[in-house]
Amino acid sequence: MYVAVKGGETAIAHSLDLVADKRRGDRDVAELSLDQIDQQLGLAVDRVMTEGSCYDRSLAALAIKQARGDLIEAIFLLRAYRTTLPRFGASEPLDTTRMVAERRISSTFKDVPGGQVLGPTYDYTHRLLDFSLAASGERPEAPTAPADATHALPRVGDILQRDGLLEPPPSNDDGEARDLTRDPLVLPASRPLRLQNLARGDEGFLLALGYSTQRGYGNNHPFVGEIRYGHVPVSFVPEELGFAIEIGEIEVTECDMVNQFAGSHDVPPQFTRGYGLAFGHAERKAMAMALVDRALRADELGEAVTSPAQDEEFVLAHSDNVEGSGFVQHLKLPHYVDFQSELVVVRMLRAEVEKRREQAALAQAAE
Amino acid sequence: MPDATIQDTPSQDAAYNYGYLDEQTKRMIRRAILKAVAVPGYQVPFGGREMPLPYGWGTGGIQVTAAIIGREDTLKVIDQGADDTTNAVSIRRFFARVAQVATTTHTKEATIIQTRHRVPETPLTDGQILVFQVPIPEPLRMLEPRETETRTLHALSEYGVMQVSLYESIARHGRIAKTYNYPVMVNGRYIMSPSPIPKFDNPKLDRSPALQLYGAGREKRIYAVPPHTPVNSLDFDDHPFEVETWTESCELCGSTESFLDEMIVDDTGKRLFVCSDTDYCESRR
Repeated sequence: MYVAVKGGETAIAHSLDLVADKRRGDRDVAELSLDQIDQQLGLAVDRVMTEGSCYDRSLAALAIKQARGDLIEAIFLLRAYRTTLPRFGASEPLDTTRMVAERRISSTFKDVPGGQVLGPTYDYTHRLLDFSLAASGERPEAPTAPADATHALPRVGDILQRDGLLEPPPSNDDGEARDLTRDPLVLPASRPLRLQNLARGDEGFLLALGYSTQRGYGNNHPFVGEIRYGHVPVSFVPEELGFAIEIGEIEVTECDMVNQFAGSHDVPPQFTRGYGLAFGHAERKAMAMALVDRALRADELGEAVTSPAQDEEFVLAHSDNVEGSGFVQHLKLPHYVDFQSELVVVRMLRAEVEKRREQAALAQAAE
Repeated sequence: MPDATIQDTPSQDAAYNYGYLDEQTKRMIRRAILKAVAVPGYQVPFGGREMPLPYGWGTGGIQVTAAIIGREDTLKVIDQGADDTTNAVSIRRFFARVAQVATTTHTKEATIIQTRHRVPETPLTDGQILVFQVPIPEPLRMLEPRETETRTLHALSEYGVMQVSLYESIARHGRIAKTYNYPVMVNGRYIMSPSPIPKFDNPKLDRSPALQLYGAGREKRIYAVPPHTPVNSLDFDDHPFEVETWTESCELCGSTESFLDEMIVDDTGKRLFVCSDTDYCESRR
């Protein structure tokens, strides 16, 4: 009897063994350690932490190892672990002016207070394969300027804002931060919730949407007000203490995008903001997020909503790669019952068409 | 007849709470279920969690089951009507692992039946719960992609768009060509998606003595049909609702009343038909 689709217990057990075996690969090649992944595939770890909504480098490295480098699978693994963790509170808002920046650039001014700090970036590398990397060998450490942790770095946006040229950041009046992973997204969503969704959203999806705004689908004339990347302290107010204590530091990339705005009846022309934030070093993600954030503000700013990137339901409902990956791939599950229903009806419809044709032919012959 | 009890009861993971979900999450889901039962057919938003199985593979159904299951329950899981399809096996193993629950393939013995795409042929009874895995809970979604719009349409019982789509199907094909996920009216108030079950199964939903719970994980919605609630498949007076029929009968048990799967058995395309409900089929042999 035909049993191919009815796999059963043994098939699943064997499949699990096979995938574990594939993951390990050739046993003559040394096994990857989590430290190696953390240190040498650090940007992959950053992405998995960002879209997995969980800041833990070793867990992200473990997920990448287990997923054989499939980052969306790794994000899924990390999230499925995160969801079981107890939630004991929300941190104080990050103060990114206190960032010890490894990199900080503005494209709107030649120089800015605190200076332009190029830091580690691929931007000015020539994309020539470096064959010396194929051979192992120690590299000398790069000379770095001492990081100045004592001075707060003013935000470029704040400087523009002082002259009223740039809108102020939104006030935090509702206080309590809602958690998308605890409460369902209800549309229309507030901007904080939208940003949460975008921060977890797929980098490729946001990149394409952000790109589309630059090609005329919801253009908002963006400039990079500032991108900064570095360490920021995280503070938390334990209930029993009643004041904030620093519980650690995380690495983040922040992008403040400055966009044109024609002004409206009540507001004189001024620049508006789009905002992006990601764990670790993830400029592409933070910039794409900032472009899409700004595009999604079209309604709020009285602009016509004409393009996909401006369409809140479209963007927020499809940004999540764990959701998308699951639903696309569930088509691999058996669907033969529904297909059978379709077969029955299509056969019936075809029979009816055939009958009508025969009758028509007979009628014609009779004439 | 094969032994109904399934021999896989791995020990519980100490790292996870009973039934996988933490107790607060279970309470939140139970509240959503209670609301859903109180307003039959209404889609209740709930804080769906990321589950260790992928979206689209039954995360909604799994969360509902995880929230209602207890040690005294007996669980049956089917996919396409069969207990031995890979995803059914996988979900059954999941609950055997995280809830140490007894599992069965016999419809009559189960207190909870989680299903994808079918309703068992054996009539359900008082006290049984049927948990559906739902991919797209919104019956109007393919007619109106916007959630903000469809919510309003439900609130106003403004269902003309659905009737028009069925009418268009008649105009084009001479009959309603919708075959699965066939829309139903629940308790005369809400149009509901019965999940992608074949319309063959729709009549089983009507006034069923079992509680029907529907979980959509990706879309974060739960809805329900309480026992003995009227569930009517939409139709027109001159085009009444009808279900699929087969001229063949089941190759294994001879049934002419069950939903039949068609199997292609050789390279020349020779076909045979067998019951999609494996438990029903085995019980008749």
